Amino acid sequence: METPALLGPSLALSGILFSIGVLGVLLRRNAIILFMCIELMLNAVNLAFIAFARLHGSSGHVIVFFVMTVAAAEAAVGLAIMLALFRHNQSLDLQDINLLHG
Amino acid sequence: MTLSLLAAEGSGAGNTLGPFWLCVALPLVGFVINGLLALYRPQAKALVSIVGPGAVLAAFAVAVSAFLRLQAPGAPHQGDVTLWHWLLAGDLHLDMALRLDRLSSVLLLVVTGVGGLIHLFSVGYMKEDAGYARYFAYLNLFVAFMLVLILGASMPVLFIGWEGVGLCSYLLIGFWFDVEANANAGKKAFLMNRIGDFGFLVAMFLAWQVFGTLDFAAIAEQAPQRLPMGDPRVVAITLFMFLGCIGKSAQIPLYTWLPDAMAGPTPVSALIHAATMVTAGVYLVARSNVLFTLAPATSTVVAGIGALTALFAATIGLRQNDIKKVLAYSTVSQLGYMFLAVGSGAFVAGVFHLVTHAFFKAVLFLGSGSVIHAMHHAYHATHRHEDAQDMRNMGGLRRWMPWTWALMWIATLAIAGIPFFAGFFSKDEILAAAFARGSDARIYFVFYGFAAAAALITAIYMARLMAMTFHGTNRTGEAEQAHLHEAPWIMTGPLAVLGVLSAVGGAINLPAFLGQHGWLEGWLDPVLEASHAIERHAMPHGSTEWMLVGFAVAIGVVGLVLGFRRTLGGAIVPARDAAASTGVARLLEQRYFVDEIYDAVIVRPIQWFSRVVLWKVVDQALVDGLAVRGSARLLEGFGWLGSRLQTGQVGLYLLLFVAGAVWVLGFMLGV
Repeated sequence: METPALLGPSLALSGILFSIGVLGVLLRRNAIILFMCIELMLNAVNLAFIAFARLHGSSGHVIVFFVMTVAAAEAAVGLAIMLALFRHNQSLDLQDINLLHG
Repeated sequence: MTLSLLAAEGSGAGNTLGPFWLCVALPLVGFVINGLLALYRPQAKALVSIVGPGAVLAAFAVAVSAFLRLQAPGAPHQGDVTLWHWLLAGDLHLDMALRLDRLSSVLLLVVTGVGGLIHLFSVGYMKEDAGYARYFAYLNLFVAFMLVLILGASMPVLFIGWEGVGLCSYLLIGFWFDVEANANAGKKAFLMNRIGDFGFLVAMFLAWQVFGTLDFAAIAEQAPQRLPMGDPRVVAITLFMFLGCIGKSAQIPLYTWLPDAMAGPTPVSALIHAATMVTAGVYLVARSNVLFTLAPATSTVVAGIGALTALFAATIGLRQNDIKKVLAYSTVSQLGYMFLAVGSGAFVAGVFHLVTHAFFKAVLFLGSGSVIHAMHHAYHATHRHEDAQDMRNMGGLRRWMPWTWALMWIATLAIAGIPFFAGFFSKDEILAAAFARGSDARIYFVFYGFAAAAALITAIYMARLMAMTFHGTNRTGEAEQAHLHEAPWIMTGPLAVLGVLSAVGGAINLPAFLGQHGWLEGWLDPVLEASHAIERHAMPHGSTEWMLVGFAVAIGVVGLVLGFRRTLGGAIVPARDAAASTGVARLLEQRYFVDEIYDAVIVRPIQWFSRVVLWKVVDQALVDGLAVRGSARLLEGFGWLGSRLQTGQVGLYLLLFVAGAVWVLGFMLGV
């Protein structure tokens, strides 16, 4: 089977975006930024799915929809948690969120 | 497994001998009824008085009918009844089987007959006791177990009875358990018997390994073919078996529980600790006679321990002041005679002495029961707290208790071996048998010497007992004398029957020198056939026999006269005012300090070891400390280490998470 055009660049972009997301999660301390980095990682994965869908048929598209749905739900729950955290701590710095330690 | 309690399913021979299993069933039913009454209607004494002795007397009737069938011409020598299949495991096939043969029929009559009389006596003796129903429940249960012991066709079935009578003995020694000493005496008996039971169990395992069966008849049949004379295996089996007998029949070194067992009610001492249970060891040896005949080494040990015990216990009996303690040591001593007999290969003499001893010792114990009963009432009436069992407080009781006095004299003459009383024939036979064995094994002459000396001492201490109790001046007290009285007929009646048996009981095995062929000798012949085929020891006859008889009689007479005159010669001081004795007298009074020695050498080291090593080291340090608390500490430590990772910092968690993900990815890509 012939490799579709743009597969390589799409996957490369996806990898770059995912890496940026990971680094953001690891390095940034603001919870909102962390949250956005996670979204970035999800979308990087979506891009990879779409790219592979060209090669393997439409099941990749279907999964993308699932991921988007989950991401939406996550955003709703996650933002609600952010709000609650901010009300409690007056801060969204991860270093202040350390109640559950051993 | 079929669980059919139907005698009809028994073998043909069992049927012709009648439903002898009822002997076991009847006292068991009595136990259930009395036990329920004890729990729910303890005040229903009239019903208990009917059920308790009734069950045993009914068993006696069954025993008599079975005996009559057994001795009918053409009757089989034995009959089996298989009640149910008990154990079926691999090669092991064990039936709950009872067997009536000539040996067990003799014991059956003694246990149910003497037992029935003692039950009747108990009706009077225990009348005012609050635990009346409980007492008869235990006593009925004891008879049931004793009959299982006697009728058991195989070692394990016998062992059920063996353990069962031990249990009942424990329960009845500690019958008045609100006094701590009584409860301790029960425990002592139980624990010392465990040592013996261990021996019996080992003997059973060995017998199973050698013969592949535990049935007495099968073993008796196979043993002479499979094992040569003196084979180490048969010596081991018999030695371990004899260890069981030492425990149960109170021989040196495990005899100390029997004198303590006198803490129980006196009829219990008569039934369990004189007439029946303690003779179980002698019965077991007689039952396994083939094995003991094949093991001359063991037989010598049996005879030696028996002779030594006979002499040793008799000497202690010389200086005891408690009337029951004298009789207890006398029982230990007489059991020694029985073992001397079976150890000399004279199994008939052993069983004969077992029977006659059951008669005269029952009289002596029940008679002492009557005396204690009267003494107790007298002290109770005057509210004086004196020892009702101490002979120093008695004296001259003949005036108030002529029947008891006369009957106890009969028994005393019997135990001393005065001619034509029951004990004369049986003791004489034992002495003759031991003497006869001396010709092929010199050591038996020593045993004979021990036994003869014990006979002299027996006569002395019995005369002393009679003199201190019934003769001389009364030392009970002026006020108490008005309350001394003869026991009621329900007590003197059974005593009289047993007294007659003590007088004429020797008739069951009259010796050859009276121109008789001993009935018991012929009766037990089928049981001892296999032993006789291996080896038959000739009994002395002619002038030797006459000499032995004359010597034994002379010993008895001299002993009685000596004991009687010595006792009445000096003034006896009542227990309260008596000074502590010194020297040899003190040694004997304190029973050679054997209890104290056992306490120092065995009990205390075990207690020390238990407390310091087992409790402090093994239990507290190793089990509690290392195993239980240690493992908890270990896991707690792991948990602490894990908790160090729980910093609460999300950043760290994420870092670890990503690192983990990268590691898994790398693993999957095969890097």
